[in-house]
Amino acid sequence: MTEQEMKDLRLRAAKIRLGIIRGVFAAKSGHPGGSLGTAELLAYLYFREMNIDPLNPKDPNRDRFVLSKGHCAPALYAALAERGYFAESEMDSLRHIDSFLQGHPDMKGTPGVDMSTGSLGQGVSAACGMALAGKLDGKDYRVYALLGDGESEEGEVWEAAMFAAHKNLDNFTLIIDVNGLQIDGFTKDVCGPEPLDSKMAAFGFHVIEIDGHDLGEIDAAFKEARAVKGKPTAIIARTTKGRGVSFMENQAGWHGKAPNAEEFEIAMQELNKALENLEVQ
Amino acid sequence: MREIINKATRDSFGETVTKLAEANPDILVLDADLAEATKTVIFKNKYPERFFNAGIAEANMIGVAAGLATCGKVPFAASFAMFSAGRAFEQVRNSVGYPHLNVKVVGTHASISVGEDGATHQCNEDIALMRTIPGMVVLNPADHYETEAAVKAAAEYAGPVYLRLGRLAVESFNNSEDYKFELGKGITLREGKDIAIIATGLMVAEALKAAEALAAQGIDARVINIHTIKPLDEELIIKAAKETGRIITVEEHNIIGGLGEAVAGVLSEKCPTPLKRVGVRDVYGHSGPAKDLLHEFGLDAEGIEKAVKEFV
Repeated sequence: MTEQEMKDLRLRAAKIRLGIIRGVFAAKSGHPGGSLGTAELLAYLYFREMNIDPLNPKDPNRDRFVLSKGHCAPALYAALAERGYFAESEMDSLRHIDSFLQGHPDMKGTPGVDMSTGSLGQGVSAACGMALAGKLDGKDYRVYALLGDGESEEGEVWEAAMFAAHKNLDNFTLIIDVNGLQIDGFTKDVCGPEPLDSKMAAFGFHVIEIDGHDLGEIDAAFKEARAVKGKPTAIIARTTKGRGVSFMENQAGWHGKAPNAEEFEIAMQELNKALENLEVQ
Repeated sequence: MREIINKATRDSFGETVTKLAEANPDILVLDADLAEATKTVIFKNKYPERFFNAGIAEANMIGVAAGLATCGKVPFAASFAMFSAGRAFEQVRNSVGYPHLNVKVVGTHASISVGEDGATHQCNEDIALMRTIPGMVVLNPADHYETEAAVKAAAEYAGPVYLRLGRLAVESFNNSEDYKFELGKGITLREGKDIAIIATGLMVAEALKAAEALAAQGIDARVINIHTIKPLDEELIIKAAKETGRIITVEEHNIIGGLGEAVAGVLSEKCPTPLKRVGVRDVYGHSGPAKDLLHEFGLDAEGIEKAVKEFV
């Protein structure tokens, strides 16, 4: 990846963050913390990694993305809008009564959403089904699922992990967004899902651990995953919940709450400043 | 007339889904370590490359089926009713029902005729669970021929279907060459003017026997087979209510949430009619030979006959 390409992805991530805060503020509810933490991962997936076409969102040969941590819908919608699936202004309708941007992803209503998710743990299973279908049809598309570390407390995740490894789904990449926080506090205090690296390895995954905000590491991880044959890959991405908005960073309290008008102004100022800094670089 | 076949509906399912798979390469089968019992083993033996064992992990099995369906596959995901409809209810609701995916959830060994395995495996709640999911079709065929037709209809219907099947062999009665299965349409098996017995699944054959016995005692009972619990044939039920003035429902299921309450809902809104529900009366089952359990719970011809006589 060239410096210019890297810079472009950083800009995309910055815009995704702006879209998240815009949407959550307009909705007066939603999940900004986890969403902000996924911006680089989504920027990379939607602008570099995935073979997709916003003009043909149902293309049977496309790569698939399943947001298993469906509450981070604002991030997915912001990425889809940035990629051109729908107008950026739609972010203002997030969670509104007549909007196609539901509180959690709805594949029937939103262009570019490959699976309806929100009930935790379920997206990973659906992604396995998509990967299995690709194998059966001899297609070379790839399937990605984004899982939260708190979400990994769901038993279904491990049922799916066992399945993916047993069925040799090497076209499946599971990205675990490890921000160490969940609604009730630190994951280590709630029920302790770690160590996720050795658990995934024991379940038969090729495991890569990265800084989930470092686009160089993200790039290397996805390239490595493509080269792995015979088993699925888990990319364990260490992230900062609330990344980019100073007062939201590493605060469990910003898991599922919208900023008020004052907080919104501060957040937008910070995010716009970050964007400007990137642009002048 | 076609030959009388004495076979459990799960066997008929396993044979039929295997037959259909020949013409439809998109049909796949998933199971959760019960292939010998659910009879998906028949499919597995013929199409091993299209059969997937999810292991003892029903939630994931349903989710995988949902993912396969988004890619144009027609997955039949089978386990005991207790596990496919019960344990994985929320996966069926959120990953299959909400996106209206083309998944066929199969629940065999429904209700107390499971027999010796006892209460943990005797699912008396699956109809209730599945019929509350918007857009879900709920099928409960009564014999071999009806199961063949129901599996075919499920495969042809583009959307989520729950298929309820039994463990126990049942003698076929839909033997006529003219037998026709129409999704959402009940079948009047016997005309009658004194009362209408509306039955489903394994109970239909028992209701027919009960009607014969009642006829000998001067009670002219109509018998209606509801193989599709959802969408329910409201027209046929209202017609029967108007013409007989008395309805009795019979199901191998909790009286809460099943066929009886579905019929009661229609009638109380559109044609209030005295109604009695025969079913498992909000209790758990227990171990024992299936036939003895059915007798104990009043879910055989004798029990139905008694219930009708108390009611007319």
